[in-house]
Amino acid sequence: MRQIVAWFVLITLVAFLVAGALLMHPFGYPPSDMDDYMIANSQAETANNNVVAAVLFDYRGLDTLGEATVLFTAVTGVLLLFRALKKREKKT
Amino acid sequence: MLSKIVRTISNQLILFVLVFGLYIIMHGHVTPGGGFQGGAVIASGVVMMIVAFGSGEIKKSLRESHLSVIESGGALIFIGMAFAGMGTVFFYNFLVGTPVFGGIPPTGPNPGHVWTGGVIPIMNFGVGLKVIAGLSAIVLAMALFSSGEEMEE
Repeated sequence: MRQIVAWFVLITLVAFLVAGALLMHPFGYPPSDMDDYMIANSQAETANNNVVAAVLFDYRGLDTLGEATVLFTAVTGVLLLFRALKKREKKT
Repeated sequence: MLSKIVRTISNQLILFVLVFGLYIIMHGHVTPGGGFQGGAVIASGVVMMIVAFGSGEIKKSLRESHLSVIESGGALIFIGMAFAGMGTVFFYNFLVGTPVFGGIPPTGPNPGHVWTGGVIPIMNFGVGLKVIAGLSAIVLAMALFSSGEEMEE
Protein backbone atom coordinates (compact mmCIF):
# COMPACT_ATOMS: atom_id res chain seq x y z
CA MET A 1 0.00 0.00 0.00
CA ARG A 2 2.73 2.45 0.98
CA GLN A 3 4.65 1.63 -2.16
CA ILE A 4 1.62 2.33 -4.34
CA VAL A 5 1.11 5.72 -2.68
CA ALA A 6 4.81 6.54 -3.06
CA TRP A 7 4.76 5.66 -6.77
CA PHE A 8 1.58 7.68 -7.25
CA VAL A 9 3.12 10.76 -5.58
CA LEU A 10 6.34 10.35 -7.55
CA ILE A 11 4.57 10.04 -10.92
CA THR A 12 2.34 13.02 -10.15
CA LEU A 13 5.31 15.20 -9.19
CA VAL A 14 7.30 14.17 -12.29
CA ALA A 15 4.27 14.83 -14.49
CA PHE A 16 3.88 18.30 -13.00
CA LEU A 17 7.59 19.09 -13.48
CA VAL A 18 7.63 17.86 -17.08
CA ALA A 19 4.41 19.72 -17.87
CA GLY A 20 5.87 22.88 -16.33
CA ALA A 21 9.01 22.55 -18.43
CA LEU A 22 7.05 21.88 -21.63
CA LEU A 23 4.42 24.58 -21.14
CA MET A 24 6.92 27.32 -20.30
CA HIS A 25 6.54 30.45 -22.39
CA PRO A 26 9.43 31.17 -24.78
CA PHE A 27 12.47 32.88 -23.32
CA GLY A 28 12.36 36.67 -23.53
CA TYR A 29 8.59 36.89 -24.05
CA PRO A 30 6.97 37.14 -20.62
CA PRO A 31 3.23 36.46 -20.60
CA SER A 32 2.19 39.55 -18.62
CA ASP A 33 2.15 43.27 -19.36
CA MET A 34 3.29 44.19 -15.85
CA ASP A 35 6.99 44.48 -16.73
CA ASP A 36 6.29 46.88 -19.61
CA TYR A 37 4.18 49.00 -17.27
CA MET A 38 6.96 49.13 -14.65
CA ILE A 39 9.69 49.99 -17.16
CA ALA A 40 7.54 52.75 -18.66
CA ASN A 41 6.24 54.28 -15.42
CA SER A 42 8.70 53.61 -12.60
CA GLN A 43 10.64 56.83 -13.20
CA ALA A 44 7.53 58.98 -13.12
CA GLU A 45 5.76 57.17 -10.27
CA THR A 46 8.58 56.32 -7.86
CA ALA A 47 11.23 58.88 -8.99
CA ASN A 48 13.71 56.04 -9.43
CA ASN A 49 16.25 55.46 -12.18
CA ASN A 50 16.87 51.91 -10.99
CA VAL A 51 13.79 49.94 -11.98
CA VAL A 52 15.00 46.92 -9.99
CA ALA A 53 15.09 49.02 -6.81
CA ALA A 54 11.66 50.44 -7.66
CA VAL A 55 10.20 46.93 -7.98
CA LEU A 56 12.01 45.67 -4.90
CA PHE A 57 11.06 48.46 -2.50
CA ASP A 58 7.92 49.99 -3.97
CA TYR A 59 5.84 47.79 -6.25
CA ARG A 60 6.74 44.56 -4.43
CA GLY A 61 7.64 46.01 -1.04
CA LEU A 62 5.76 43.33 0.88
CA ASP A 63 8.03 40.70 -0.66
CA THR A 64 11.11 42.57 0.57
CA LEU A 65 9.55 42.71 4.03
CA GLY A 66 9.33 38.94 3.95
CA GLU A 67 12.94 38.75 2.80
CA ALA A 68 14.03 40.90 5.75
CA THR A 69 12.04 38.65 8.07
CA VAL A 70 13.83 35.61 6.64
CA LEU A 71 17.18 37.24 7.41
CA PHE A 72 16.05 38.10 10.94
CA THR A 73 14.88 34.52 11.52
CA ALA A 74 18.19 33.16 10.21
CA VAL A 75 20.20 35.36 12.60
CA THR A 76 17.99 34.43 15.55
CA GLY A 77 18.25 30.74 14.71
CA VAL A 78 22.03 30.76 14.33
CA LEU A 79 22.60 32.66 17.59
CA LEU A 80 20.15 30.46 19.53
CA LEU A 81 21.58 27.24 18.10
CA PHE A 82 25.21 28.05 18.79
CA ARG A 83 24.48 29.30 22.28
CA ALA A 84 22.55 26.13 23.11
CA LEU A 85 25.39 23.96 21.79
CA LYS A 86 27.82 25.94 23.91
CA LYS A 87 25.85 25.35 27.10
CA ARG A 88 25.49 21.61 26.45
CA GLU A 89 29.23 21.33 25.89
CA LYS A 90 29.91 23.05 29.20
CA LYS A 91 27.60 20.69 31.12
CA THR A 92 29.14 17.45 29.91
CA MET B 1 45.87 35.31 13.75
CA LEU B 2 47.79 35.46 10.49
CA SER B 3 51.20 37.00 9.75
CA LYS B 4 52.04 40.66 10.13
CA ILE B 5 51.90 41.30 6.36
CA VAL B 6 48.31 40.06 6.11
CA ARG B 7 47.28 42.03 9.19
CA THR B 8 48.77 45.29 7.89
CA ILE B 9 47.24 44.91 4.43
CA SER B 10 43.78 44.08 5.74
CA ASN B 11 44.01 46.99 8.17
CA GLN B 12 44.52 49.33 5.23
CA LEU B 13 42.00 47.57 2.98
CA ILE B 14 39.06 47.56 5.41
CA LEU B 15 38.59 51.32 4.93
CA PHE B 16 38.06 50.93 1.18
CA VAL B 17 35.76 47.95 1.68
CA LEU B 18 33.59 49.96 4.10
CA VAL B 19 33.47 52.99 1.79
CA PHE B 20 32.58 50.84 -1.22
CA GLY B 21 29.82 49.07 0.72
CA LEU B 22 28.34 52.36 1.90
CA TYR B 23 28.50 53.68 -1.67
CA ILE B 24 26.58 50.67 -2.96
CA ILE B 25 23.96 51.08 -0.22
CA MET B 26 23.43 54.82 -0.66
CA HIS B 27 23.39 54.71 -4.47
CA GLY B 28 21.02 51.76 -4.60
CA HIS B 29 18.30 53.80 -6.31
CA VAL B 30 20.59 55.21 -9.03
CA THR B 31 23.05 52.45 -9.92
CA PRO B 32 22.88 48.66 -9.64
CA GLY B 33 23.06 47.46 -6.06
CA GLY B 34 21.12 48.23 -2.93
CA GLY B 35 20.83 47.42 0.72
CA PHE B 36 21.30 43.66 0.48
CA GLN B 37 24.31 43.81 -1.82
CA GLY B 38 26.14 46.62 -0.01
CA GLY B 39 25.50 44.96 3.34
CA ALA B 40 27.01 41.76 2.00
CA VAL B 41 30.10 43.71 0.86
CA ILE B 42 30.60 45.18 4.35
CA ALA B 43 29.95 41.80 6.00
CA SER B 44 32.66 40.29 3.77
CA GLY B 45 34.98 43.03 5.09
CA VAL B 46 34.17 41.81 8.60
CA VAL B 47 35.01 38.28 7.45
CA MET B 48 38.36 39.56 6.17
CA MET B 49 39.12 41.10 9.56
CA ILE B 50 38.14 37.86 11.34
CA VAL B 51 40.42 35.84 9.06
CA ALA B 52 43.33 38.24 9.56
CA PHE B 53 43.07 38.92 13.30
CA GLY B 54 41.20 35.92 14.66
CA SER B 55 37.71 35.92 16.14
CA GLY B 56 38.93 36.49 19.70
CA GLU B 57 40.29 39.90 18.75
CA ILE B 58 37.22 40.99 16.77
CA LYS B 59 34.69 40.04 19.46
CA LYS B 60 36.07 42.80 21.70
CA SER B 61 34.81 45.48 19.31
CA LEU B 62 31.71 43.75 17.85
CA ARG B 63 29.40 43.03 20.75
CA GLU B 64 26.20 41.07 20.39
CA SER B 65 24.04 43.72 22.06
CA HIS B 66 25.29 46.44 19.68
CA LEU B 67 24.72 44.22 16.65
CA SER B 68 21.18 43.36 17.71
CA VAL B 69 20.39 47.04 18.32
CA ILE B 70 21.68 47.92 14.83
CA GLU B 71 19.71 45.13 13.21
CA SER B 72 16.48 45.99 14.99
CA GLY B 73 17.00 49.66 14.15
CA GLY B 74 17.33 48.84 10.46
CA ALA B 75 14.18 46.73 10.56
CA LEU B 76 12.32 49.55 12.35
CA ILE B 77 13.44 52.12 9.74
CA PHE B 78 12.22 49.81 6.97
CA ILE B 79 8.83 48.99 8.47
CA GLY B 80 8.40 52.58 9.68
CA MET B 81 8.83 53.96 6.16
CA ALA B 82 6.38 51.32 4.95
CA PHE B 83 3.79 52.31 7.56
CA ALA B 84 4.35 56.06 6.99
CA GLY B 85 2.71 55.75 3.57
CA MET B 86 -0.33 54.14 5.18
CA GLY B 87 -2.44 57.22 4.34
CA THR B 88 -2.70 55.87 0.79
CA VAL B 89 -1.60 52.22 0.89
CA PHE B 90 1.00 50.11 2.65
CA PHE B 91 4.44 50.75 1.03
CA TYR B 92 3.25 53.93 -0.71
CA ASN B 93 6.12 56.14 -1.90
CA PHE B 94 4.90 59.29 -0.14
CA LEU B 95 8.17 61.27 -0.42
CA VAL B 96 8.04 61.74 -4.21
CA GLY B 97 7.84 65.45 -4.97
CA THR B 98 8.73 66.59 -1.44
CA PRO B 99 12.07 68.31 -0.61
CA VAL B 100 13.44 65.11 1.01
CA PHE B 101 14.72 62.71 -1.69
CA GLY B 102 11.88 63.95 -3.86
CA GLY B 103 13.45 64.90 -7.20
CA ILE B 104 11.71 63.21 -10.11
CA PRO B 105 14.08 62.18 -12.94
CA PRO B 106 12.92 62.57 -16.56
CA THR B 107 11.55 59.44 -18.20
CA GLY B 108 14.13 57.66 -20.32
CA PRO B 109 17.93 57.60 -20.11
CA ASN B 110 19.38 60.31 -17.89
CA PRO B 111 22.55 60.83 -15.84
CA GLY B 112 20.72 60.25 -12.56
CA HIS B 113 20.85 62.11 -9.28
CA VAL B 114 21.23 60.91 -5.70
CA TRP B 115 18.52 63.26 -4.43
CA THR B 116 15.71 61.21 -6.04
CA GLY B 117 13.79 58.09 -5.17
CA GLY B 118 11.37 59.03 -2.38
CA VAL B 119 11.39 56.49 0.45
CA ILE B 120 13.59 54.02 -1.43
CA PRO B 121 17.03 55.42 -0.35
CA ILE B 122 15.88 55.43 3.28
CA MET B 123 14.57 51.88 2.99
CA ASN B 124 17.85 50.86 1.33
CA PHE B 125 19.72 52.34 4.29
CA GLY B 126 17.56 50.42 6.78
CA VAL B 127 17.93 47.14 4.93
CA GLY B 128 21.68 47.79 4.64
CA LEU B 129 22.02 48.25 8.41
CA LYS B 130 20.00 45.08 8.92
CA VAL B 131 22.12 43.00 6.53
CA ILE B 132 25.42 44.35 7.92
CA ALA B 133 24.53 43.53 11.52
CA GLY B 134 22.81 40.23 10.72
CA LEU B 135 25.53 38.73 8.54
CA SER B 136 28.29 39.97 10.87
CA ALA B 137 26.53 38.36 13.83
CA ILE B 138 26.12 35.06 11.97
CA VAL B 139 29.76 34.97 10.82
CA LEU B 140 31.12 36.01 14.21
CA ALA B 141 28.99 33.49 16.12
CA MET B 142 30.14 30.66 13.86
CA ALA B 143 33.81 31.69 14.00
CA LEU B 144 33.70 32.01 17.79
CA PHE B 145 32.00 28.64 18.14
CA SER B 146 34.56 26.87 15.97
CA SER B 147 37.40 28.34 18.06
CA GLY B 148 35.67 27.37 21.32
CA GLU B 149 34.87 30.84 22.61
CA GLU B 150 31.65 32.68 23.35
CA MET B 151 30.18 35.89 22.02
CA GLU B 152 30.54 38.96 24.22
CA GLU B 153 27.15 40.17 25.47
